[in-house]
Amino acid sequence: MNWFTKLLPERIRIDGESRKSVPEGLWTKCSACGAVLYRAEMERNLDVCPKCDQHARVGARWRLERFLDEEGRVEIGENIQPVDILKFKDLKKYKDRITQAQKATAENDALIAMQGTLKGLPVVACAFEFKFMGGSMGSVVGERFVRAVNVCLKENLPLVCYSASGGARMQEALFSLMQMAKTSAALAKMRKQSLPFISILTDPTMGGVSASLAMLGDINIAEPNALIGFAGPRVIEQTVREVLPDGFQRSEFLLEHGAVDMIVDRRDMRDKVANLLSIMMHKPAA
Amino acid sequence: MNLNFLDFEQPIAELEAKIEELRYVGSDNEINIGDEITRLKSKSHDLTKSIFSNLKAAQIAQLSRHPQRPYFMDYVERIFTDFEELHGDRAFADDAALVGGMARLDGRPVMIIGQQKGRDTKEKIKRNFGMPRPEGYRKALRLMKMAERFKLPVLTFIDTPGAYPGVGAEERGQSEAIARNLLEMSELKTPIINTVIGEGGSGGALAIGVGDRLMMLEYSTYSVISPEGCATILWRSADKAPEAAEAMGLTAPRLKELQLIDEIIPEPLGGAHRDLDAIASSLKHALIQSLDNLTSTSIDKLLDQRYEHLMAYGNYAE
Repeated sequence: MNWFTKLLPERIRIDGESRKSVPEGLWTKCSACGAVLYRAEMERNLDVCPKCDQHARVGARWRLERFLDEEGRVEIGENIQPVDILKFKDLKKYKDRITQAQKATAENDALIAMQGTLKGLPVVACAFEFKFMGGSMGSVVGERFVRAVNVCLKENLPLVCYSASGGARMQEALFSLMQMAKTSAALAKMRKQSLPFISILTDPTMGGVSASLAMLGDINIAEPNALIGFAGPRVIEQTVREVLPDGFQRSEFLLEHGAVDMIVDRRDMRDKVANLLSIMMHKPAA
Repeated sequence: MNLNFLDFEQPIAELEAKIEELRYVGSDNEINIGDEITRLKSKSHDLTKSIFSNLKAAQIAQLSRHPQRPYFMDYVERIFTDFEELHGDRAFADDAALVGGMARLDGRPVMIIGQQKGRDTKEKIKRNFGMPRPEGYRKALRLMKMAERFKLPVLTFIDTPGAYPGVGAEERGQSEAIARNLLEMSELKTPIINTVIGEGGSGGALAIGVGDRLMMLEYSTYSVISPEGCATILWRSADKAPEAAEAMGLTAPRLKELQLIDEIIPEPLGGAHRDLDAIASSLKHALIQSLDNLTSTSIDKLLDQRYEHLMAYGNYAE
């Protein structure tokens, strides 16, 4: 607190919390370096902070629309809807959580799948919507992923998946755990048919999603500084009772320990993935 | 309070203590109190029956982790012959939390794999409380691939709070190790039978849990997260674990009802730990029967069925 604010009477002092609010949509603040950024400039920069290169969390549809070519995008399994057969209720009903998440995201569940082209190369791509209940994997996510795989199997296409998820969806109990087995089994079919699967791990990719489809890429790519792991850092801290080292479970840590093939900047992702796929599919350079 | 009994079993414990007392009196007394003992015994039996016929999910969760609950190796001794334990993942270490090896079931060669908890403090630490690290899952995969080569059916026994959440485990790729097992097990060309014998904790359980037939002992549990973990996240308080256990429906009867498991193996009155030989014999019988069924199907058909079954998991509207 500087001398000037100290002079001000209590009631007209503005504390840090309330000062943060800026007019919706015009300005935004980088979650890492705190730089105040012009929203339009961030958008041009694919939501990567121009000051510190922090990759902001972004929506699934936003991603796919910028990843795939503009023409000829077709959504897969968009009519599959979540149901609550367990009548699960914690502090809130699962049914209400679904409705709330659907309203907040305008999506009906946490995974979106699309068929389209990437720099002219036919592909299927899917992406997790982290804002939909933490991108958690339940029956709809599992089924949509499998439908995406089935399109690949039928039309001999490669698959790209952007993960952003806290893990399995607890409100679907054991059904959600079984989605790990379901999605992994589908990927075994991709391997059998020699179709590439590129898994792009973004911030955050944890738990059941990381321990199934996300780690099963022929090529695993991480966005910079994404949190990726099986157990959450807090759980580990409680178990081992020590402070975790800086950068633990971040992309750079995973690269160093051999879990991902490369870290790729979001702005280079299209070119990178197109190049990788064209090599794997024996197509001319895109 | 008798520590051999769980909190909800205390009325039974009190009766049993009374019976013991009478026996003691009876041995140096001329009065015949045999009748009284018989009466109390039958009362204790009825009481146990009535308590156990109406268990809550949280109480079953307690039973699944009972300190005297039979562990994997207890069953190995009683069910199999010629067991040869095989160690190591050939890359980093041998994980004692996950035990595997070849054996015979009723004369038939099989590969058996299971998580192992420890009985006393020293063994608990050695077994890491039944929480495998990546090398455990990689050892399991190595043995499963070997079973495929030598045409040995794979029998897995699930009993783990979950995969170990530690720094080293993350460094060595816990996620990848689990994911890889799920993928490989879905197409392993040999019959696989999975049995939950205690705690089926999340991805750490599923990593040896994909197969052709999924069975559960009556008082075992299988869930996506522990009731405590679920309560902490969704209710913001670990005290709500009983509610979480109930909501998740992690018990064998509930999971059977939801068609998530194939078979329940009944336990002796009061739980598996009350009669180890009886539960081992029931489990052995169920394993033999399942194996008979699976081996009578061609492997190609079995794999198709396994895939279809995996793809059918889930509930959604369209």
